[in-house]
Amino acid sequence: MHWRGVLEITSLNNIQDNLWRPGAPIDHLRARARVLAQIRRFFADRDVLEVETPVLSHCAVSDPFIDSLEVSFGFQPGIEDERLYLQTSPEYAMKRLLAAGSGDIYQMAKVFRNGESGRRHNPEFTMLEWYRLGLNDRQLMDEVAALVTAVVPALPVRYLSYAELFERELGLDPHRATRTQLQQCCRDHVDAPFDDDDRDTWLNLLMSHVLEPRLQGAVFIHSYPASMAALAQVREDEQGRQVAARFELFVDGVELANGYHELTDAAEQARRLDADQQQRAALGLPQRPLETRLVRALEAGMPDCAGVALGVDRLVMLTLGVDNLEQVISFMHAHA
Amino acid sequence: MANYSSNQFKNGMKVMIDGDPCSMVDVEFVKPGKGQAFTRVRLRNLLTGRIWERTFKSNESVEGADVMDLDMEYLYNDGEMWHFMDPNSFEQFAADANAVGDASKWLKEQDKSIITLWNNNPISVTPPNFVELEVVETDPGLKGDTAQGGSKPAILSTGATVRVPLFIEQGEMLRIDTRTGEYVSRAN
Repeated sequence: MHWRGVLEITSLNNIQDNLWRPGAPIDHLRARARVLAQIRRFFADRDVLEVETPVLSHCAVSDPFIDSLEVSFGFQPGIEDERLYLQTSPEYAMKRLLAAGSGDIYQMAKVFRNGESGRRHNPEFTMLEWYRLGLNDRQLMDEVAALVTAVVPALPVRYLSYAELFERELGLDPHRATRTQLQQCCRDHVDAPFDDDDRDTWLNLLMSHVLEPRLQGAVFIHSYPASMAALAQVREDEQGRQVAARFELFVDGVELANGYHELTDAAEQARRLDADQQQRAALGLPQRPLETRLVRALEAGMPDCAGVALGVDRLVMLTLGVDNLEQVISFMHAHA
Repeated sequence: MANYSSNQFKNGMKVMIDGDPCSMVDVEFVKPGKGQAFTRVRLRNLLTGRIWERTFKSNESVEGADVMDLDMEYLYNDGEMWHFMDPNSFEQFAADANAVGDASKWLKEQDKSIITLWNNNPISVTPPNFVELEVVETDPGLKGDTAQGGSKPAILSTGATVRVPLFIEQGEMLRIDTRTGEYVSRAN
């Protein structure tokens, strides 16, 4: 038994000795650096200004399903700390710049999302976010396609509305189907016996579990249900349904980007922030300071524009043909 | 047992699903950028062996299952039940045919197996990866045929039938891989 004990201790030491090492091979980090350089060149060629905005903010994201990490900022012991929030996206601050006359802007920033961890999620990740004046969501989709195919050549690109996708694959109108119909459709495809009163939960479940895996190549899904507008404008589609001027890009079933023809109406913006806060209260989620300065910025006048956020780590994954963030992030959450 | 919330799920966790003890084989966090998070879990039903995927929403909770894996020594079969002993506590456990399943072909007295207990009752038996068993019946060996291919059936002391090389004789001890049910070598 003696020799065996020695062996076990040695192998345990080997494991601990290796804990300092990065998860991603250095070659992958080189590929990552090349992607970052390509992105910066892409925007330099188009005269889009690179900006930086605060990672730490006094306000938190309103979205009920995105949780901000809280940070305590203090000068000295005994004096009450200031509560700050790590940004979950640079969207609010960048829109304040747009309203102040920045023109076209982009940013690559670390963003933070509490509780998100998995093969394709890390609580901190790199987001590319950009805004183009005078473009709508459809025109911005073309620019996203240009960027992605510059980085991942020979990628086939398709465009499909949210309704077309659901009608084609599931025979359902996602805008008009009742919650019961959506729930039944989920039960036909997925073992998910829980209850939920929110139609969007069932739409999201069908999307993430049933439809996304069927999306091969690059597919833009556009014209989301109005209930999922977030900060996008709402318009009427050809069949008179209210849809959000919002798109998402999926590549081989992985969500890569989310864009809007941006809401510029200050009153509507204030209404949506309040609605989020009420939904948070109903779900028992923390009430945090809302970004009312965004409403003030919209009142001052934000130019008509389209904006999009794209997951840079996932884009690097695509260029390398790997399916785990661990392969492209130097030190994942568990080793950070 | 404790309850586990879906954000605590991890591989290997044992939980009660629809009244049966199950083991989590794979846990994946699924979240649209906007919208509610889900946890998709590959589960194995420890009673039936069925493997399937179930999705939970965030903060959904499930009851833990009182499931333990213990190394035990196989004692004997009384015609109906297989009897095992925990060598640390000397406590004995009887497993029925349902729990023993295919493992019965490889159980030799005094060999160690892993017994999975649920609420202190055996629900499955995992034999060691390799066992050494005696050939009780096979056609006579062919001398000088050690290099050539070809095989024949042999019945082992536990009643299992395996394919063995032609040179193997009745009465020899053989090493068998229980995961594949294949002959590995003569035992030394």
